[in-house]
Amino acid sequence: MKEPILTARKAGLVACTRCTRVYPPDVDKCKRCGAPLSSRNPDALQRVWAWWIAGLIAYIPANIYPMLKTSSLGSETASSIMGGVIELWAHGDPPIAIIVFVASIVIPVGKFLSIAFLAYSLKRPTSMGRHARHRLYQVVEFIGRWSMIDVFVVAITASLVQFNLVASVNPGIAAICFAASVAFTMQAALAFDPRTIWDD
Amino acid sequence: MKLADTPLTELRACPHCDALYRLVPLRSRERGTCPQCNHVLVSPRSNAFRRVIALSTAALVMLAVALFTPFLDLSAAGLHSDASIWDTAMTFSSGYLTPLAVAVVAFIIIIPALRLSLILYTLVPLSLNLPAARHAAGAYRLSEILHPWSMAEIFVIGVAVALVKIAGMASVAPGIAFWTFAALVIVIIWQESFLDSEQIWSAIDSSAPRVDEGAA
Repeated sequence: MKEPILTARKAGLVACTRCTRVYPPDVDKCKRCGAPLSSRNPDALQRVWAWWIAGLIAYIPANIYPMLKTSSLGSETASSIMGGVIELWAHGDPPIAIIVFVASIVIPVGKFLSIAFLAYSLKRPTSMGRHARHRLYQVVEFIGRWSMIDVFVVAITASLVQFNLVASVNPGIAAICFAASVAFTMQAALAFDPRTIWDD
Repeated sequence: MKLADTPLTELRACPHCDALYRLVPLRSRERGTCPQCNHVLVSPRSNAFRRVIALSTAALVMLAVALFTPFLDLSAAGLHSDASIWDTAMTFSSGYLTPLAVAVVAFIIIIPALRLSLILYTLVPLSLNLPAARHAAGAYRLSEILHPWSMAEIFVIGVAVALVKIAGMASVAPGIAFWTFAALVIVIIWQESFLDSEQIWSAIDSSAPRVDEGAA
């Protein structure tokens, strides 16, 4: 009973990626939801790489500059992302250190590698099958937003300790760079057209 | 009947992998997944619109509560401080941290609230069997575009991490807004389990004035 899978493109049709309706190829706007139609986004790869590079550029200062500046009783200390993780680990909160490490280092780096691999492997043969690459895309799309955890932690910590005379905590410039990096790589993942994974 | 002979109005294509499939009526709680990539394509639920409306309204009220009540209480060396999300935004409303404050408030309050409002705007007339609201298609489409940028659930984890982090230097306790937010996340997940895009799109489509489809 199983028919072979036919894609809209092979059937000579164009599909709406927003509401899933299909149309003859000359229609350029979905009549149901109003989204622009294209069989494959022609400049998708360029947009993926543009956002990817922007994200990488923002990720470098995010790791070098201080994420959080703490001043207590006249002395000021600043900690970067990795410095904050090490501090948490040393002060006896390994589970929290692991959450921050995963959200701020493992997920962003994994995301850069995965998006680059997905974009690169569209044009060249790879050993990774289509199903596996599609799964990788789904994971990247789902997990990317979770990197924002550390930005929220910094904002919360700073706003709370702000009113305190004994110690004050301020977000560093890295917090903004990091938030921008997460937003840019989310855009890179959204610009990727997963339908191209399945094209011959 | 083969796929090629199916009328275009009954054909759909997976948004992730472009595989064509035929719309078949499903019962409540049944799911249709993509034959090629396993993406969930349709998941109708009975009474879905009313439930989504109820849960979205609840979520909007909770967001309003969470905005102005303290989410953490902090006390150290006889000093006391508590901060609401509103206070957090105001703390950084000037200087080079402004973009950070704007982003945080947008991700956890403005975008979730806008998304919930757009869903209500679309679904309330439809659930009352009235014609679809003006620009309902555009409104619902925008709510789907905003989906990845709505980060209330991530904020909850962020507050929990901050709680443990600050616990080292002062005594902290979660405030009303923290619990409100935690409950909000559950309500939003629940609401999303009733959101079936195909159901909503076809309701918008069939209640809007007919536009000529052209030769298919």
